[in-house]
Amino acid sequence: MDVKAFLSKSMFLGACLLSTGITLGILGFMLVLAYPLFARGLFWEMLIQPWSPGQGLFGVGPMITGTLCIASLAVVISIPISLGVACFVGIVHPGGKGRILKSVVEAMTSVPTVIYGFVGVFLLVPLVRTLFSGGSGMCILSAGMMLGLLISPTMILFFVQSFTLVPQNHLDAADALGANTVQKFFYIVLPWAWKSMVTGLILSFGRAMGDTLIALMISGNAAAFPESVLDPARTLTAHIALIIAADFDSIEFKTLFVCGISLYAMTGFGVVLARGLGQRGRA
Amino acid sequence: MKGNKNKRALVWVGILALALVFCTTSLCLAGELDVFAGENQVLRISGGTAHIPVMKAAAQKIMTFNPEIQIIIAGGGSGAGIKQVGEGLVDIGNSGRQATDTEVAKYGLKMVKWAIDGVAAVTNPQNPVKSLSSLQLQDIFSGKIVSWKEVGGKDAPINVYTRDAASGTREVFWKKALKEGDITEKANVVVSNGAMKTGVSNDPYSIGYVSVGFIDDGVSALTLDGVTPSMASVKSGEYTVARGLFSNTKGEAKGLAKKFIDYLLGPDGQALALEKGFIPVN
Repeated sequence: MDVKAFLSKSMFLGACLLSTGITLGILGFMLVLAYPLFARGLFWEMLIQPWSPGQGLFGVGPMITGTLCIASLAVVISIPISLGVACFVGIVHPGGKGRILKSVVEAMTSVPTVIYGFVGVFLLVPLVRTLFSGGSGMCILSAGMMLGLLISPTMILFFVQSFTLVPQNHLDAADALGANTVQKFFYIVLPWAWKSMVTGLILSFGRAMGDTLIALMISGNAAAFPESVLDPARTLTAHIALIIAADFDSIEFKTLFVCGISLYAMTGFGVVLARGLGQRGRA
Repeated sequence: MKGNKNKRALVWVGILALALVFCTTSLCLAGELDVFAGENQVLRISGGTAHIPVMKAAAQKIMTFNPEIQIIIAGGGSGAGIKQVGEGLVDIGNSGRQATDTEVAKYGLKMVKWAIDGVAAVTNPQNPVKSLSSLQLQDIFSGKIVSWKEVGGKDAPINVYTRDAASGTREVFWKKALKEGDITEKANVVVSNGAMKTGVSNDPYSIGYVSVGFIDDGVSALTLDGVTPSMASVKSGEYTVARGLFSNTKGEAKGLAKKFIDYLLGPDGQALALEKGFIPVN
């Protein structure tokens, strides 16, 4: 028995150490490879400069802006959809219809992103182009809409999960007082569940930011600062995918580590924020 | 019992007959593919996306002849092809440009040119603009001309499409058609000749550029300074935006990679190149 306990304990510890070690190791690896840029003081310039290799400017500023714009838009589009579906599944029809819809949502999480990208190129992009004539249709709006769809299952499942945190006796009390569904949602469910819902929002934002293929396929990838949602934009992840084949020794290639570090920092910040809220939500 | 024996004999005759048929058919097909008999390795190819149609057709023929051989073809662009073959990740790295002196020195590359390919500026077939001067083309790509109206078309903005940094198609178009002029930051960036064709054929106000081998009904090739890009005009040298299609190996090609490259240079391979819209070298 003791041997078994010891074995399982050390296996769990090993798994923990390995995953933490890899995560930190990647950060260390990127910092080491980006060291020449830090040493020459180029790193901070690169975060805000435009990208114009012809003029010797290798800033990733447009990509950071593009990433933030597309991911925020995706979250903004996804919130009403997810909230509606989550309410339907979790509050209005918890059994029967709701359960069917929930399994559909769960199935959606396993659709590969390339499928979304493909559908985006052939259906959404031409639609956006004809509705807002002028642009190529490959823009922040198209990518944001598609990414909104991509992250909505994550958000819906998180919301549904957080609705279950509401104590049943509070709901019963509300029913006894004659509250209708809307009142119950605003006065009982939201005050109990909002913190964990925000955690879901932040994690979905992280997912939108980290996705590569949808952005690469339908955001247009122009390396300029976007001025409107109908302008094409390039995300950090798409930039990495586009530049990775460049020469190892070129400055273009070195900027990949700037992208990597900024992505790491942005998602890391989001996770810390979600954690903090989660902690307080429990206390 | 007797009936059983007869049946067994029949089966044997059938097997023999089938074997005979297979032998004769493979003899008929034989010739250039013969060298691939007895091979059972994996051949990894990556790089230039213009090369892919020919690579696929050749691989199909070889793998039909000898199913033991596995040929894996990936894109990535010329830069990726050179880098990956140099680092030994693939056996053959394709490029739509010559490897630079540094690349050759660093990796010890051997280049083989097996076809010539033009790069044409393309627009959507619905676009009434069918010809441009070099200067107009440069101004469009640099972002100086922003409306089709300025070059005799509809009053609509021009959507410029370009390729990523690893593209050999981009390299030759930028050098020979744009005379190394700027490409606007607002340009949409796509990652292969195929993606460029999809982008341009779906967007009525687009302009981009593809390998001549990729031109079909979906896109219309622009006449540049009065010369229409076609196989004939590329071959005669009249249309100058052209480049060689190269297959590179690290050091002298050997084994299956050598056989594959020899096949591309042989009559069969050259016919495939011609069929896919490129100009054969032999």
